Parts: sequence; C-alpha cells; structure tokens
Amino acid sequence: MKLPAFTKELTRYPSAMIGLFIILILLIISIAVPIIIPYHKAVDMWRGSENMWYQNPKFAAPAWLNIFRRQKLAESLAISTADGEASKVVTVNEGGASTTTEMVFTFDYTADVFPQEMILYFKSTFSEKQPFVSITWLTPDGRELRVGDFAVNRSQAYWFSQDSKLVRRLGGMDPRQGLFLLDPKAEVLRLVKGTYQLKVSALNFEPDAQIDAEFVLHGQVSGWAGTDHLRRDLGVALLWGTPIALSFGLVAALATTVAHMAIAAAGVWFGGWVDELIQRLTEVNLVLPFLPILIMIGTFYNRSIFTIFGAVILLSLFGQSIKGLRATFLQIKESGYIEAARSYGASNARIIFLYLIPRLIPLLVPGLVTAIPGYVYLEASLAVLGLGDPVLPTWGKVIQDAQANGALYKGLYYWILQPSVLLMIAGLAFAMLGFSLDRIFNPRLRGI
Amino acid sequence: MSEATQTLPAAPLDAKLGRKAALNTLTRLGRYTAVRIVTLFITIVVAIYLTILIANMGGYVDEIRRGEIRERVQQLVLVDQTLRQLPAEERAARLNEMIRLEEKRLGLDKPFAVRSLNFLTNALTLNLGRSQQITSATGSRQVRLILLDRLPSTLVLFGTVGFFLFFVEIIIALSLSRKYGSFWDKFFVAMSPSSSAPGWFYGIFLILIFAALLGWLPYGGMVDAPPPPTKLGYLLNLLYHMILPTLALTISGVFVSVYNWRTFFLIYSSEDYVEVAKAKGLGSREIERRYILRPTLPNIITGFAFFLIYSWSGAPIFETIFNWPGLGRVLFQAVSAYDTPVILGSTVITSYLLAITVFLLDFLYALVDPRVKIGG
Repeated sequence: MKLPAFTKELTRYPSAMIGLFIILILLIISIAVPIIIPYHKAVDMWRGSENMWYQNPKFAAPAWLNIFRRQKLAESLAISTADGEASKVVTVNEGGASTTTEMVFTFDYTADVFPQEMILYFKSTFSEKQPFVSITWLTPDGRELRVGDFAVNRSQAYWFSQDSKLVRRLGGMDPRQGLFLLDPKAEVLRLVKGTYQLKVSALNFEPDAQIDAEFVLHGQVSGWAGTDHLRRDLGVALLWGTPIALSFGLVAALATTVAHMAIAAAGVWFGGWVDELIQRLTEVNLVLPFLPILIMIGTFYNRSIFTIFGAVILLSLFGQSIKGLRATFLQIKESGYIEAARSYGASNARIIFLYLIPRLIPLLVPGLVTAIPGYVYLEASLAVLGLGDPVLPTWGKVIQDAQANGALYKGLYYWILQPSVLLMIAGLAFAMLGFSLDRIFNPRLRGI
Repeated sequence: MSEATQTLPAAPLDAKLGRKAALNTLTRLGRYTAVRIVTLFITIVVAIYLTILIANMGGYVDEIRRGEIRERVQQLVLVDQTLRQLPAEERAARLNEMIRLEEKRLGLDKPFAVRSLNFLTNALTLNLGRSQQITSATGSRQVRLILLDRLPSTLVLFGTVGFFLFFVEIIIALSLSRKYGSFWDKFFVAMSPSSSAPGWFYGIFLILIFAALLGWLPYGGMVDAPPPPTKLGYLLNLLYHMILPTLALTISGVFVSVYNWRTFFLIYSSEDYVEVAKAKGLGSREIERRYILRPTLPNIITGFAFFLIYSWSGAPIFETIFNWPGLGRVLFQAVSAYDTPVILGSTVITSYLLAITVFLLDFLYALVDPRVKIGG
C-alpha cells in the first residue's frame, strides 16, 4: 500500500486518529521532560535528599482537585527572602553597632479550610550574639497579632503549632486555626480570606550579621500532582515516567518483533534441524515461567532497568508469534521471486533480510504497535512487585509506593489513580492504533 | 502430528471392522499421549535446568545451602554438652570439620555440572528443600508443602474464571457475528483495546470503586476471618470474595477475545460451504454449530489456553493486589523476604503448571480438529 493511500485509509478510523494524537502528545512530553529536568536532577529529586522536599507536606492531594470541590483546600506555599520572593529591608541602627532586618511575607489565603502547618525557617550568620526576632501577623481585615519574640540560632525552624505561648495568646486555640479566624471566641467561627502578611523584624547585634527567613505553609494540596509519604512531588515521577514507559515499550516491542521475524525467517529458509530446533525452543519458551524468572533476576542480580530489559528480550526471543510467522513464511518461500533470487545465487542473508522479511512488514507493523502496551505494563508490573529500577522515578513505582502505604485504604486515591490513568492512556493509545492498523493491513479483516 | 489420515470410518461395514478401528484409534491415542508426555517432559527438564542456571549464576543456591548447613551444625554443636566444654579454638575446628563433612555428604564439594544435575532431579521430583522464613498452613518449612498449600486457591480462582469466561465469550462472540454491525458489535470492537491492560490493573480500580468508595465488596482475601463454619457458608463467602477478581480478569480478557473470535466466526461464515449450507436451507443454529463453531474450535481452545497461561504468569501481582493466598502471592512474599528456596520452588511449580496446560491444549486441539489427527 502506498503512503498517501495508507494515510487516507487511516483517517477513516477515529480510534486510530485518537490513538495517534495521544501518542504524539506522549512523545512530545517524552522529549521535553528530559530537557527540562535532566536525568541526574530527576534521580536526585526522586531520591529526595534531606533538603529537597521540606517545603512540601506529606500526602498532599494534587491542586487540580480544588477545581471539583466546593470547599477549597489550602494550597501549600513557600516564600523565602533569599530568593527575593519576600521583601527584606536592612537598616543600620543608631550607633552602627546593630542592624534591623525587616522581612515581610505576603500571601493570599483563599481556602475554606485551615492549613496543616506553618513553619518559619531562619538562617543567620553571626559570630557571638544571636539575632532576636519578633514576629507579627497581619490579617486581611487589618488586625495585628503578636506571634512571638525569640533569639534564633544559625539554623532554626519555628513551628507555629508548637508555640504554647501563642496558643495561650489565642485563647487556647490552635494557631493553625486561630490566626485565620475573625474572632476565636465567637459562637460561629469564621475564616477570613484575603491577603495575609507576616512581618518578621530581626535585630542583629553585630554589624555584619545576616539573617534570612523562609515561610512555609503546608496545605492539603501541593503541586499539580500531589505528594507522597516522603513529601516528594509526584509530578516528577509522572513526568519522568512517560519517557521511561514509552522507550521501554517501544524498544522492547521493536526488538522482539524484529527478532521473531528474523528467527522465523531463518528457520523456514534453512529448514531441517535449524527449523526443528527453533520450534522446540519456542515450546521450551512457552513453559518457561516468564515473570518468576524475571523476579529471580531482579532479586538475585540487580534491578537496573537495563538488566531487566535485557532479560525481557532474552526471555521473549522465542515467543509464540514465531509459529504464525513461520506458517506465512512457508507460503512466501514457494513464491516465484524467491526461486528467481535463489537461481541467480543470492546469499542466504540477502534472501532472508531483503526478500522474505520485507514481505511481512505489513504484518509486522500492527503486531509491533499492539505489542507496545504489553511491555509498558510489564515495566509497571515489575515495579509494582518491587522490582523497579532503584533510582528512576516511574509510574509503576508510584503505584507500588501507594500500594505499600495503603493509599486505597487511607483514601489517598490521587496517589494511585494518576499513574494508573497515565498507564491506561498510554496503553490504550497504542492498542487503538494497533487494532486499526491490523484492520488496514490484514487482508483477512478487510471489510469486517 | 498434522498428517491427515482417516481413522474413523464413516460407516463401518461390520462390527468387527469397527472394533478394530476403535482399537486402532485407542493405540494411536496411547502412543500419541506417550510421545507428547515425553516431549513435554523433556521441555520441562530443559526449562527447569535453565531456571537453575539462571538462579545459580551468582552461586545463590549453593550459598543458601551452605548457610543452612552451617546453621544446622552450629545448632548441633550448641546442644552437645561434651563439645561445649572444649576450648573455643578446638570447638571451632571441630565445627568446621563437621561442616566440611556435611557439605561433602550433600555433594556441595562436587563441580557445578554435577551439582546442577542433582538439583535438577530434586526439583523434578518436587524435592524442593526447606524455606528460610515462610511456613505452610500446618507450620511446615517444606517448600513442597508450602506450595501445595497454595495451589488450590490459584486453581480455584483462575480455573473458575477461565471456564466462566470461555463460555461467556463464545456465546457473546457468536451472537455478535450474527448481528454484524449492530451497536453491541461496534461496542465490543471499540472496547477491545482495553484488554491491553493486565488484570491487576483493573483490580486496583475495582477495589477503589467497590471496596473503598462503595464498601459493597471486600478489599481482598479468599474468605472472611474467621471463615464461616458451614460448608455452604464457606462456599458462598468464597464466591463473594471472588466477585472482584473475576470482574478484573473479565474486563482485561473478555473484549479482545470476543473481538478475535467474532472475527474468526465472521471469516468462517463467509466460506463457501457455509453458503452451500444456507442454500440447502439449514437452520442458522445448525449452521453455527456444524459449520462455524466446529472449524474454529481449535483457535478458541488455543485462545483459552493462552489466557490461562498468561493469567498464571501474571498471578503474582494479581494475587497480591487481591490478597489472594495463591501461588503467586507466595512468590511475592518470597521475593520480599528473599526466601530463595521458595522462589525457586514456585518457579518449578509454575513450569509444571504451564507444561500441563500446554499438554492439555495439544490434546484438546487434536480431539476437536479432524484435520489434526491424533498420532497421525
């Protein structure tokens, strides 16, 4: 079939077009993600060294959840003076011996619920005398609340909810709630929405002392994909999982399909004991327990994606599709042009690779495309079994983490649903395209 | 095997000839079965030997057995009063000597080629050794007992679901091929790509909907704890727990199989002999049964067997998701606990299961397809 005719034929199948469209998007993501988040950065992020994810709350739902909720959840935020997100003004006091650093953290609070936690992280440089900070809380309706006054170390975290003095000042109310209420003592509690300000004024007793602060608010939602039990942003895994799943599926499907083709062609062409051996090996392969052997390899040797990939290819080398291909090759072998090639003395390799295999390419393409989802899911399955690559963030590993942490029991549905839906979309796209290609290329299915 | 020979005479001239033919068929059947069993046995031997090679490439099997021996000998030394009174050095020397002897007794000092053959015979006779941590229901550490404990659960689940699906799919596919182009026909064709996802994957969704959100069905397991006291109660409880796994396997398997078989049926219903049958005025049921179903039966059986094989190989994850106490679940537990003898043992058992499936498939294939005469 010529290419224009083929494309015209393909547009007749809506499922093929939808599949192609999704595959295209996935491909664009797969190319873009490694450029935006380089491999080593992604691995580091997923390993989550100590200071990587402290800004995120644990088990936070994805931000898109708020679109579907009437009661809006609080979004996590982090504002730092070091990045210039919060204002910081340093003035030298009279006498020049001390300085005052005024830091103002401004943020909008539009949620209908209280945040999980609020923390101030201080970083200061001084030689002997600790800086002294006083913190004030400004509500949108113009009230000013004193939060606390204390001396800070070189590196210190101040947890609002742990401050018992602040609790007393708020009339026994938890600061995470009390600070956001119009009147903590009222009958009906009302949360004030709007722009809040947190003022931190630090007194440095040494002229060259420096202080920086970061205000972190842990809400119920964080990032577009939520976070897991290690505060990691699931978005990293969902994004990086795309190129991994796609390349694993594509390369494995391509390798096995081509190998099956070559093996079947060689068996038919040489016949005799070669054919016999290939057929017996196909039978052995059917009895070889595929997943248990992969599990053994993963348990005993290593779980790197390349080892597993190699094992998958080796174990599917003598797959069952060889039987069907063999039958077709047996027919082609008898055709006249092969006879002609033989009579002018073409080499075996030439006949196999240039005359036999190309005839089957129409069969190869749909088979290849329909084989991809299987390998995509295989990679995920191994990860769910705990045999995923130890460093790479993949969809399957997110599902495994979720499963191991009882996401379904705890109601953390986003954790398991997001990677699953992505897996399903990827699998469906290839399957839909493959099925349509099969109907186009397979003459027996024409018109059915 | 595929040689077509006439074995059953269409109309026997007399009873004697008929008996002879029947006897002939029987001996042929016997010979065929024997040959098939031998070839499959060789296949299993090769498969298990490969498994052993893979497992032992890093010397793991030996290490485990050495560890076992050391532990056992140390226990012996600990309880022995006279040995305990010896000075430490002498006792250590004695211990090492005992370990050496024990290793020699078990053949661990022999080259790998010999040892692998020993292990092969052990594996083939299901002499699978002792587990490191996992125990059977009766508390035994025998790997064979642990696995045999779990085998029925796996068979109950996948066997039942397999048979259920087998009939449901054929019935649906037949009715679809009759109403080609109808809404349901298009629906099944459109849904067929959904079968690219494995059963465990749909399991997650089903648990989410029916157990977590609605609370109608259990999260997993085979029966309630404690199990119902009566037999009927137990059976009903088992069926109750099987609803979700069955559903998951059905969703992942039914659409593509129905699609494939409907296509087969359609291809076969455009054959000339079907046209002739129609022209003869045969009823549509008759045509379906004799001219469409019969020639496609081998394909259907192949599809069925492959479904079983694939479900078995996918069982570790499926059973883990559904907390089903089967062979796959024990394999998963063994992986988490690094219990190597159990991993090896379950690989061996799975090989056997696959081989038995292949054998039955071959046999059924020959039985239903007159072109593939048994023993021909």
